[in-house]
Amino acid sequence: MSATYERRLLARDRGFGLLQKLWLIPWSFVLLLCAIAAVGYVALYSAGGGSAEPYAAKHALRFGFGLVLMLSIAMVDIRFVARLAWLGYGVGIALLVLVLLHGNVGKGAQRWIEIGPLQLQPSELMKIMLVLGLAAWFQRASWERMGNLLFLIPPALMVLLPVGLILRQPNLGTALIAGMVGAAVFFAAGARWWKFVLAAGAVAVAAPIAYDHLHDYQRARITTFLDPESDPLGAGYNIIQSKIALGSGGLWGKGFLQGTQGHLNFLPEKQTDFIFTMIAEEFGLAGALTVLGLLSLVLAFCFGVALRCRHQFGRLIAVGLGTNFFLYVFVNVAMVTGSIPVGGVPLPLISHGGSAMLTTMLGFGLLLSVHVHRDAEFGPVRD
Amino acid sequence: MRPWRRAERGLGSGRPGGSGFRGVRREEERRRGVFTRRALLLGAGQLGLFGFLGSRLYRLQSEEGDRYATLAEENRVSARLIPPPRGRILDRNGQVVAGNQLNWRALLVAEQTQDVGATLETFSRIVPLTEQERARIERDVRRRRRFVPVAVREFLSWEDMARIEVNAPDLPGILIDVGTTRLYPEREHLAHLVGYVAPPAERDMDGDPLLELPGIRVGRAGIERHHDLLLRGRAGAVQLEVNAVGRVIRELDRREGVPGQDVQISVDAGLQKALRGRIEEGTSVVVMDARNGEVLAMAAQPSFDPNVFNAGVSGAQWRQWTANRATPLINKATNGLYAPGSTFKMIVGLAGLEARVVTPGDRVFCPGHLDLGDTRFHCWQRHGHGSLDMRGAIKLSCDVYFYEVAKRTGIDRIAAMANRFGLGVELDIELPGTKKGLVPTRAWRQAQGKPWNLGDTVVHGIGQGFYQLTPLQLATMAARLATGRAVQPHLTRMVGGRPGRGTRPEDWPSLGIAERDLKLMREGMWAVVNEPGGTALGSRLPAALGVMAGKTGSVQVRRVSREQRERGFKAESQPREWRPHALFVAFAPYENPLYAVSVVVEHGLSGSGAAAPLARDAMVEVFNRLRPSPGQRVAEAGR
Repeated sequence: MSATYERRLLARDRGFGLLQKLWLIPWSFVLLLCAIAAVGYVALYSAGGGSAEPYAAKHALRFGFGLVLMLSIAMVDIRFVARLAWLGYGVGIALLVLVLLHGNVGKGAQRWIEIGPLQLQPSELMKIMLVLGLAAWFQRASWERMGNLLFLIPPALMVLLPVGLILRQPNLGTALIAGMVGAAVFFAAGARWWKFVLAAGAVAVAAPIAYDHLHDYQRARITTFLDPESDPLGAGYNIIQSKIALGSGGLWGKGFLQGTQGHLNFLPEKQTDFIFTMIAEEFGLAGALTVLGLLSLVLAFCFGVALRCRHQFGRLIAVGLGTNFFLYVFVNVAMVTGSIPVGGVPLPLISHGGSAMLTTMLGFGLLLSVHVHRDAEFGPVRD
Repeated sequence: MRPWRRAERGLGSGRPGGSGFRGVRREEERRRGVFTRRALLLGAGQLGLFGFLGSRLYRLQSEEGDRYATLAEENRVSARLIPPPRGRILDRNGQVVAGNQLNWRALLVAEQTQDVGATLETFSRIVPLTEQERARIERDVRRRRRFVPVAVREFLSWEDMARIEVNAPDLPGILIDVGTTRLYPEREHLAHLVGYVAPPAERDMDGDPLLELPGIRVGRAGIERHHDLLLRGRAGAVQLEVNAVGRVIRELDRREGVPGQDVQISVDAGLQKALRGRIEEGTSVVVMDARNGEVLAMAAQPSFDPNVFNAGVSGAQWRQWTANRATPLINKATNGLYAPGSTFKMIVGLAGLEARVVTPGDRVFCPGHLDLGDTRFHCWQRHGHGSLDMRGAIKLSCDVYFYEVAKRTGIDRIAAMANRFGLGVELDIELPGTKKGLVPTRAWRQAQGKPWNLGDTVVHGIGQGFYQLTPLQLATMAARLATGRAVQPHLTRMVGGRPGRGTRPEDWPSLGIAERDLKLMREGMWAVVNEPGGTALGSRLPAALGVMAGKTGSVQVRRVSREQRERGFKAESQPREWRPHALFVAFAPYENPLYAVSVVVEHGLSGSGAAAPLARDAMVEVFNRLRPSPGQRVAEAGR
């Protein structure tokens, strides 16, 4: 019996002091996050034209704030989180409705509301709340119960409601990600395979119909993706320029602050959506793969937490948040490499942006809470 | 053993009992098993997709890296041409006769605007553009590479410039810069020689990238056209690093161009102006340096202002020029075609002497006419000159004498001699489009399907008939008579600081004509001007300046019928356009010829009355202006 193990059991039994919880926090993971945020600082320093202003300094500040937020949430008992999950989901939906009615529209896509100095994108928050809500619904469901179609209808509506609201914003990319995060939680919770096959089939049938209802700029993204050279100065410009910047970085890159495409503004939105391109141009394939590797470690940690957790609620949260993180990274990197249509998704921990940093760190806080409280007692499984 | 150790075995189960401790535990394990499998599947899938991204990065950055590196370079490097200043044209005294002046203009860089049409639309609300201008600009934009600026509007006023500058934010792609434009200070006086410049047409595009630049001009006529490549220079280039919107970040490389070279022409602008001030429409005066063929003046009326071509010639202006029967755009000195009349008699004489069909002392009796079969050829002197030798025949310009010499010599030998004097052959002058003229031969006539009759030879013996010669050719003839060398008229004196060809008399080959024969002709020409009875006695030079030798000529433009002749034909009573042309050729000084002159006065009646005085005035002007320096005089005196 190791001392750590004994402390964990002690903690479960009530003698759960803050210090003990801090001891349980995997500091190597926190260090990993700091390393990624540092990469972000370096890249934003370059994007600022070799200056901490206007991006890098803010980024560091936000990360510091996010770190405190994350560690604070890590201390919160996961059972308390489970009790608040429904409230959180409700608040998320309320914010989405609010933003539809009163939000600010930028670039014809993302909607946000301003809370003091903070710009909050409810759709980002909603993804986390959706994971919490679904996990709360599925936490005590047995394998048999997961086979019951009627039992699955309410959570399916829980997914479709926010997805529909986000689509109305309209923000196709985030809506798709939210839908996929929901599907991942369903899958991990034990919904039967054939239901996914059926759902995929339904999507395939619905897609052409949906395409007709897409906005012009959204259609342009899809058509440009299929043939980016067709309109090099229009919608395809970003993809081409990003590929040029990436490709010209070569194996070892042009060197810190030496990236020509980024610094000469050929690269659009280099501090947000195209920050990865910036890194790949200046540090080459080596740098890009290193960053990708660091992000993979984060993903691996998420699944590690899920596998080691002793309650279904925590497991589902870990898988849901991990998938959310994965989708962020994948969509962003696939976008800048011209593998999927441009989606306006930032790279977590690295891109400039307060709202994204806040929600990312909130998610990691919940993940750590799951990890710290992985032995927490939940109610028995029900059929 | 502590109590919680037991609980450890029952992990996941809350409290014992209820639906059965073991059942709950089995359920939990089953669901955990499903979760573990599926989570591993999801995790592996997601990491696999990261792997896909990695491979994608590898392909972009490693395998296709070189291609993208090139694209990146093209992205950021923009080449711009630097137009060299066009070389100036100077007269023989160094006075600028074609220079450059500043020209403020608005340019459009197509790659710097999203929508060329919209930019032009906004522009024309500030500075109105006509439909034609719009079409021209849009054509230029299509034809040129997108970073090459296209001229939108030139010769901007201060007000227009201010309005454009103020509205600059609404005019993406528009920039104002200062270029140069051609300025001809002497306006119409030298237009026929210097020529003019105009924007290059499609056919001018010879691959020189310079021609793509806005506001560039190419020589269209005269020296501007002949020396266009020298005057144009070569474009320099700058490699600029530009950002995404085309803003220049820094200069990477600069290759200086070669400025156009200055060309000095042999014309004396002051002399040219003085002569042009004295002549009327339809008159040409050519003054040459007899020793080396340098053209000192070539005055023709009417002319045009070459500055007009800078901004583009309006349709109205063009119609006015082309409708004018006096053809201001055409240089009559090089393109006007005239029969030489009596000025041709020296050629006939030389041909006869060289063919040995006549000797200087042979005398011919002139009764006032020559009968050939049933045709009578009249002398201009109705009552006849009596008995004349060659010198006397030239002095008095006797027609009968030269009828006779021509008859003996034959037309082909006369034509050959004429060609040696530059008549009916192409002269090597730097004025594109100069006429070759016509000196008829037997073969030429036969090629027309007509026979050559002896009567034709007789008529051509006095310079009438099919001849078509230019005033420049007549001046060349005078210079060759004076020097015996095959001087070619030319205008280029210096190019880029190096002298042009043939500045010394020795540079020109001898005509190969016996000096004795030439001397006889010169004596005859001297007598024309300086001996009592000579046809141009009234036009001799003031004694202080020197002695001029010359020959008069009058050319009928209408045939005089026998009836008219018998009624006492008077040319001066004819309508102006029926009156004969007046000609005069001359050189001076007689002893040591320096200058040769030809004068053609259309419908001037008689060579002695209209042309010779002009030639004298020209000589006086030349002597006053180009008086040889004392050293030169001494050298010439010692020869």
